[in-house]
Amino acid sequence: MSRRFTPKVVTANALLEGDAVWLRADGGWSRDMHDAQLFEEEELANEALRHALAQPDLVVGAYLADAKAGPEGPVPTHFREDFRTRGPSNYHLGKQAEA
Amino acid sequence: MYRYDDFDDAFVRTRVAQFRGQVERRIDGSLTEDEFKPLRLMNGLYLQLHAYMLRVAIPYGTLRAEQMRQLGMIAERWDEGYGHFTTRQNIQFNWPKLKDVPDILEALADVEMHAIQTSGNTIRNVTADHFAGAAADEIEDPRPAAELLRQWSTDHPEFQFLPRKFKIAITGSPNDRAVVKAHDIGLRMIRNEAGEPGFEVLVGGGLGRTPMIGKVIRDFLPKEDLLPYCEAIVATYNLLGRRDNKYKARIKITVHENGIDTFRDLVEQKFIETRAAFGGADQELLREIEAAFAPPAFRAVDTAPFEAAREADPVFRAWADTNLAEHKDAGHAIVTISLKKPGATPGDATAEQMRVMADLADKYSYGELRVSHEQNIILPHVAKDDLPALHDALKSVELATANLGLVSDIIACPGMDYCALATARSIPIAQEIAERFEELKLEHEIGELKLKISGCINACGHHHVGHIGILGLDRAGVENYQITLGGDATETAAIGERAGPGFPAEEIVGAIERLVLGYLDVREGPEETFLQAYRRLGPDPFKAALYPDTKDAA
Repeated sequence: MSRRFTPKVVTANALLEGDAVWLRADGGWSRDMHDAQLFEEEELANEALRHALAQPDLVVGAYLADAKAGPEGPVPTHFREDFRTRGPSNYHLGKQAEA
Repeated sequence: MYRYDDFDDAFVRTRVAQFRGQVERRIDGSLTEDEFKPLRLMNGLYLQLHAYMLRVAIPYGTLRAEQMRQLGMIAERWDEGYGHFTTRQNIQFNWPKLKDVPDILEALADVEMHAIQTSGNTIRNVTADHFAGAAADEIEDPRPAAELLRQWSTDHPEFQFLPRKFKIAITGSPNDRAVVKAHDIGLRMIRNEAGEPGFEVLVGGGLGRTPMIGKVIRDFLPKEDLLPYCEAIVATYNLLGRRDNKYKARIKITVHENGIDTFRDLVEQKFIETRAAFGGADQELLREIEAAFAPPAFRAVDTAPFEAAREADPVFRAWADTNLAEHKDAGHAIVTISLKKPGATPGDATAEQMRVMADLADKYSYGELRVSHEQNIILPHVAKDDLPALHDALKSVELATANLGLVSDIIACPGMDYCALATARSIPIAQEIAERFEELKLEHEIGELKLKISGCINACGHHHVGHIGILGLDRAGVENYQITLGGDATETAAIGERAGPGFPAEEIVGAIERLVLGYLDVREGPEETFLQAYRRLGPDPFKAALYPDTKDAA
């Protein structure tokens, strides 16, 4: 049997800006991971990913990333995804500078 | 230096115009990402963690002042005010917007630069000794040969879809500053018994997940056979190299699996054909290129003011003793500008720093600069009486750090702060180690120590050939850093050996400190470098310093 499914968000990079974006429940994209829809069920997650992959005019390289529920919305569980919500650690650039 | 002719200029501008159309079609939806991705990669445009990244080739690491100035302009106008010089002698812009990239490429074409073949399974930017054309120990300037290779390999119809990427490095000096033994083809200029210059040709070197030192395929190749011989190597690899497995596709695996003797036989057979086909046609072109690389007319210099400043000012002396290298003209020096101020990001320069370096090159270095694979900038020809004024000017823009070849002169790849392939961060580790040794005030006492950090197994940070190498990995969702010891990037190249279990991010700086202090305890004297001590003593005393709680470290 496959491993137990862990909660996921759909994420990608925006086509024009290149920055990280997350799929919202309304089918649109947000630059803030807290707005993302958190999928607890594998089938729904896969369906959302198919929806994302069908939007090559908006995003590039959509994939499912592990996440968990936080007080303000989904938060990352892996450091790579955490960096994507912030930006690089050597300069105040990227999402951390937009907040 | 070599200037574009009409053909070069038309070729680059045509590519810019094509890419402009491709970007427009991607944005309006008529190209999918699957269609567009190979096109953008052909033009050096990657998509990284936080943004697009444009990788611009700096052929053989040579820049004119106006080119450096333009890079600064691009950083300011279309990026976030800085650029990152890489271990491939390229510059990367980390924040371009897709729609702006054609304009950036146009601005590059204005100064005879481009981003072609900085990605893909092609022959990449040819790298060279960063002291080329200036070094006292040089037999000949290797850049005419490098430029010939650039023209031959650019858009070479047979070599656009090789089994994997292909990197050539060249040095005109027997002392290898270009890591030629860790390249697909390494070319090291030597003299034969008759005193004629030619190349020792190495093949199948490389770092990455299967690090290998290049093997000698030709002890001595006459200069005029360079292109047909390289063509024979690449053509042989193109047929023989594996395409079934990306991780076994580099020429190092081809040579390893077939054996150097078999591979050499095939190359020599092919060489009979290629040599006849070339028929020396490239040699006329080479002579034109050589003329373009004629050295500047070095002015006569009174070195007394330099000696006086060196005696009078300890800060200047520390910088001069650390960052200068011997020039072929006794009145001049090769100046390395360190992009490694402790706490700064290795290899990064701000737009202002780029402008200042360009101006200083015009004023003091006959308009020339170089980029080193060690991520520093070189002013290759500075008259010694200008050095005090140059040092003052560098201080004003935080570019006068006197740490060349010392522990804080760290190579670091962008790591997971930028790179989509990374498994851990490199930059913060480099920053913390450099700052720690700055606090200890020991680095001049420690002496030559090459510390190199990669944020994944692909080894852009050359960790395998660092005296101390650090490899960042993801261990069960936590950044973890493995240490290798005893690597060497020079003509005595060696792959470092893994010291033992890795360290979490919060322990790696302390581990490096213990390791280096441990070296100070065991060295025979200040003249014995870290690497020499390691070679004399073997790994045990170094492992004991790294893992003090392990009783049976010996």
